[in-house]
Order: sequence, then structure tokens, then C-alpha cells
Amino acid sequence: MEVRREKLRRLAPLEEPAPRENLRIRQLRARDLLRGDLDGPELEKHVADSVLTTTMAKATSWGRANSIFPATFGLACCAIEMMSIVSPRYDIARFGAENMRASPRQADMLILSGRVSIKMAPVCRRIYDQMLEPKWVISMGACSSSGGMFANYAVVQGADKFMPVDIHVPGCPPRPESLVYGFNKLQRMILGNPDPGWRRRYNAIGTEEWARPATGEASPEEVEAYAAAREVSIAHESKRSQEARGGSA
Amino acid sequence: MPDAPGLELIAQELDDAAGSDSVLGTYHEHGQACLIVDPERILEVLRWLRETPGQEYRFLASLHGVDYLPAEPRFGVVYELLNMPRVERLRVRAALAEPGDDALPEIDSCVSLYPSAEFHEREVYDFFGIVFRDHPDLRRILMPEDYVGWPQRRDFPVGGEPVIFTRDEPDMPRWYE
Repeated sequence: MEVRREKLRRLAPLEEPAPRENLRIRQLRARDLLRGDLDGPELEKHVADSVLTTTMAKATSWGRANSIFPATFGLACCAIEMMSIVSPRYDIARFGAENMRASPRQADMLILSGRVSIKMAPVCRRIYDQMLEPKWVISMGACSSSGGMFANYAVVQGADKFMPVDIHVPGCPPRPESLVYGFNKLQRMILGNPDPGWRRRYNAIGTEEWARPATGEASPEEVEAYAAAREVSIAHESKRSQEARGGSA
Repeated sequence: MPDAPGLELIAQELDDAAGSDSVLGTYHEHGQACLIVDPERILEVLRWLRETPGQEYRFLASLHGVDYLPAEPRFGVVYELLNMPRVERLRVRAALAEPGDDALPEIDSCVSLYPSAEFHEREVYDFFGIVFRDHPDLRRILMPEDYVGWPQRRDFPVGGEPVIFTRDEPDMPRWYE
């Protein structure tokens, strides 16, 4: 089955530029483009063959996985390797994550590239809290995953002690290929539309930025509003996780 | 660089000028001259070395702390002095005993003589817990302000977490032990 357009081709071949004044031909071609020459069951089959249908959740996950905005954030020597993943040699633009945002407000992925000292840990955590949700974290290298060679008083022994980490990339430092591979694993994870229930797991409901007082002591009204927001958040998260369980079963 | 007789001359003149027993010892090794002085007189010694004509060590290149734990006195505060016109370096070490009873050892601050010592003294305080009297702003400089302990002391635990490799497993205590 094929859409036949011989009649129009004969009238005005596409290869040659059509004369501008020939309005009738242009009208015919436009109608043909819109409608085609098919009717009834043939048209149904044509549509079924050429249009892909999916669910909204899957389409959203697909879009999220393929349009990630990493934060421009380097901690140590791993950051040198991290910088090269946007270079033409490794080219993370192939996976839609080349746009490093200079503000955590515009980013949704954080790469912890290097050792996290105990003085830097609150800074990392604040940057993570400021990022858009849904957000993901890649812990790059041995140091941010486990403390690595820095088994001393100054370095946090594993960044997942103070923030949720989705992917750990081993290496000291990991090759850029390793990081890109880890990023691909993260994309797979996002495609599965995981339950973002980490706040429940970490007992951290109510730490959303909108649910916290900006500075100083909260007034009673604010405390009440935060409690209400927390209830809404818990209801939302449990509904989501039920959906995810129902979807997977 | 003062040679060994020059160092002895400096020590003798210093003892005469700044009061007896201010110099506890000298040594000259690897072409480096060092005066070991009484920490209670460190300011007089440094002022004499800085302002006496013929000495004029006007540049404090570095100030650092040392912990010689089994030895007594336990701590040292080391001043690396430099005379820029003659390019002569002199090391002054104040030997500080541990006061006991969890008190911190104390020494006079030399910020009034060498303003560049301010951050160096804060660093020594941060890592060794040596208090500098009359320092304008003595608080931690590198470690977090709420940190507890003096991490560069020799009796400070190294930190980190023990990693159990499979080859060590028979020797390590089990979880129920």
C-alpha cells in the first residue's frame, strides 16, 4: 500500500520549481499533503503504521532521561575528567546532557566529582537542596563514593552519608567513558520512572525547599502551613509509590 | 645563612641582650641554623633579631607547629626568619611543654612584630591547639568552626573507616563478637 500521487506529479513535477502564479497547483498539493489519497480502512492502517502511541508517563520519562541539565560543579581532580565528557571526543551531547547549568536552580543532575571534605559537605547538600525536582546525583570516583584514599579526619567517608546518590562510578579517577557509561545507566533508571520516595526512606519529608522557613524562627502560622504541606507531600508520595507498585506488578 | 660560629655568636649576643637563659640551645645541620629558645621570652628574642643593627631579620617566611609526642617538651613553634638584603635565613624554635590537665599550651603572639603571622598562628592553633596570647582573632582557620579536637597532634586518631577486605576476614572480629 502506498500513497499515490502520480496525478499531481504529472501535472507539476516536484523536481522543477513550480511557477508562482499557478495557484491551483499549489492548492492541490497542499490538500494532497494534508489528506492524502487514502480513505476508510486503508487510511486507518496507514495511520497505525506511521504513528507511535504511548502513555504520558513513559513519554515524560523518556523526555527527562534524554534532556538532563547537569550542574556546573567540580570538587577535585575528578572534575578534570568530568569536564572532558562535554568535549567532542566523548560528547555527552549525544545523550542530551551537554548543557551544564551554572545555577543549581536550572540543573537536575549533580555530579560529585571528587573528595567531599567535611567542610564542603554542607555546601554540596545545599546545592542539592536548591536543585529542581526530580533530581539525580552521580557520585564519581572512589573518594566521593567511599572516602577512597583519604581515610582521615577531613574527608567524609562516602557522600551518601549526607545526600541520596543514584549512581556510583568507580575509579580513581574514572575515565570519561566510565562516567558516560554511568550516565547511561542513570538514563536507564530514569526511563523506569522510579519512585522518588527517597525523602521517606531518609526520613526527610518536609525538607523540601518550599516547606522550610527561609531564615530565622518560623511563626506559628508558618509552622502550621509546613505541617499541612508535609501531609500533602506524604499523601502524594505514597500515592505515587502505590502507582509504581501497581504498574510494576 | 649564618655558619656554625656565626650562630654561636648570635646566641651569645642574644643571651647578653635579651637576658640570660633565653637561648636553650643551638644546632646547625644541613647548612641550616637553628636557635632553640625559651617560649616565655620568644617576643624579646624575635624583637632583638628583628631590630638589632647587624641582624635585621625583618621577614617571617613561615611559622609552624610541631608535635614531638614521645619527647619532652612535647610541642615546638618554629619561626623561619629571613634577612632579605643578605639572603640569610635563621630558624627559631620555641620548645613548649604540655601543661597537663587538658589545658592548652600557650605562647605569646608575634603579630605585633610580624603582621603576616596572623594566619599562620591561627593555623597552628587550628591543628595543634597551641594558644597564642594577645592574638587579634584566634579562631580556627581551615577546619570547620565547630570541629572538636586538634587533628595534627600525634595522639589524634587518623580517622576514616576500616575497610574489611576478604583476605582479612578471618582475622577481623565478626559482627556478633
